Amino acid sequence: MPFLELQNLQKTYPDGTRAVRGIDLQVDKGEFIVLLGPSGCGKTTTLRMIAGLEDPTGGQITLDNQNVTHLPPSQRDVGFVFQFYALYPHMNVQKNIAFPLENIGTSPADIESAINRVAHALGIEALLNQYPRQLSGGDQQRVSLARAMVRTPDIYLMDEPLGTLDAEHRLELRAFIRRQQLSLSITAIYVTHDQEEAMSLADRIVVMDNGKIRQIGSPSEIYTHPADLFVANFVGSPGMNLLSGQIVQRGNSLTFTRPDTDIHIPIHANIAPAQVVFGMRPEFIRPANRGIPGKVILSEYLGSHGYVHVDTPIGELVMRTTDRFATGEKIHLHLNETHIRLFDPDTETALA
Amino acid sequence: MKHLRWLVIIPYFGLATLPLCWLFFTSLKTQEAAISPTASLIPSTAENIAPGDLTFSATLDAYRKLATPHTGKAHAFFHYLFNSVIIGLLSTLTSVVLGTGCAYGFSRFRIAGARDWLFFILSTRFLPPLAVVVPVLMMYRIFDLPNTHLGLIFLYTAFNLSLAVWLMKGFIDEIPRAYEEAALVDGYSPFQAFYKIILPHSATGMAVTAVFCLISAWNEYGFALALNNAEAVTVPVYFAGLQGNIQGIPWPQIAAGVLIFVVPIAVFTVLVRNHLLRGVTFGTIKQ
Repeated sequence: MPFLELQNLQKTYPDGTRAVRGIDLQVDKGEFIVLLGPSGCGKTTTLRMIAGLEDPTGGQITLDNQNVTHLPPSQRDVGFVFQFYALYPHMNVQKNIAFPLENIGTSPADIESAINRVAHALGIEALLNQYPRQLSGGDQQRVSLARAMVRTPDIYLMDEPLGTLDAEHRLELRAFIRRQQLSLSITAIYVTHDQEEAMSLADRIVVMDNGKIRQIGSPSEIYTHPADLFVANFVGSPGMNLLSGQIVQRGNSLTFTRPDTDIHIPIHANIAPAQVVFGMRPEFIRPANRGIPGKVILSEYLGSHGYVHVDTPIGELVMRTTDRFATGEKIHLHLNETHIRLFDPDTETALA
Repeated sequence: MKHLRWLVIIPYFGLATLPLCWLFFTSLKTQEAAISPTASLIPSTAENIAPGDLTFSATLDAYRKLATPHTGKAHAFFHYLFNSVIIGLLSTLTSVVLGTGCAYGFSRFRIAGARDWLFFILSTRFLPPLAVVVPVLMMYRIFDLPNTHLGLIFLYTAFNLSLAVWLMKGFIDEIPRAYEEAALVDGYSPFQAFYKIILPHSATGMAVTAVFCLISAWNEYGFALALNNAEAVTVPVYFAGLQGNIQGIPWPQIAAGVLIFVVPIAVFTVLVRNHLLRGVTFGTIKQ
């Protein structure tokens, strides 16, 4: 029995917008799930339905063996971290953190020790008497996390908590969340559009688009075996190289090729000749002495590595490399055949 | 630049307080000095002052006389002041409480035809009060409401409610929903979220609304005159009724009474001045 289960969950707004179009998800206790997708994909709506802040228009939510689909938020044991912190401006940090405990009959002594515990864990002891407006964004989000953690809820729901922070605070808090997750094995659902965040935090990533789940899997599954063209393109920065072409029989072997070119890339998968979309991550392409000829059209230098856009007879390919090339330089590319991904151009799903 | 602004502030302050100063001096005068054709501006403790002198002999007689009923009147000034206070405060309180609740509903819940309802509420202000005096009086007679405090409280509440709803809706719309949502997931009921989170944040708006409601109820004359001739007469009606008195218009007493009448509003406004100045943004949620 999963700890949290969403069954055919749907949300249609009164204006007819179908934000969530039936999603199924099972989450085990102690799992850290990241909902990843572009803005407007329904990930935040899904999270808010789990919290009870939105009422589902279809489907069911089961949390800890209880059907909570239409229960108000106060009757579900959830901790919610908002993107814009939502700290109560008229209360100081201490009162903010104490707020979730005050209406469940916690004794003042227990409240104080609970505050000290989370304040210590988050390194905000010095801020307890300050008001939210006096704090930086990073500190506000720490307090917001403390407020969610002070009650040790069944499940943590986080709505892009690091989205508005600057890079330094973002990395620091991300590491903190990851450590908490590892040491306390908290159950959490975390919404983000930042794939790096998703990759670094998640036990499993749920990729969403247009109100539906595209793929559920571990970060490496999502990255190396994208279920469809959307995931292949959305995950990874830059996304996967995708080329339309066909699989043809050439002697005893199959190859991928495109019209108007005699370049053939051997395919080792067990697949019938057909129209396909060919995919390959930039890091599996490297410069070589021979192979696919091409001309450098753009070179992006990023310090530890760079991305080189190369125009080849089979289309534009992006290569990740530590070597540097000048624009216009003629080079050859080698493609690592074991990392080829093929997709059906009609259904857009992965073939191999 | 810093000093230059005093060039504006001091003359304006003088101009704005001149009527109040005049009232204050008049309230210290005797009836004869008050209606004397030559103006005297400097209060003095001397008993006999020649006519035409700039000084006048100050006395607190006008204030003392406020405590006793004026010729031809049933009650002393303070009785009418008490009426004004009761009616003003209760109608203000009711307007703000009802207006806040109503505005919260319009701001946060899906209400069928919300825009039309809001327009309807605003439309209750469209008719000038004079146009509805007679129908109101006739309705009030059926319910025995003329000459009662309750009657004026009802009326002022009804008139101020549209202002209160619209003002408060503006303020509550500005409060991000995330605050309430945070309270909901922190385990509070919607009503608890309203009074623990929304109410403290609406304090500014409620203060502003209360000032406007109180001033309008405090100063109202037409209905108060039409609906009352005895028990619930308010200060503006009482003062107006002093004209045509056989002893002439008692200017020093009127001046003293007006000063006392102005003080509660001034004190109330000063008490809520921080709210009035503070504005409505809180700056902890970035929008």
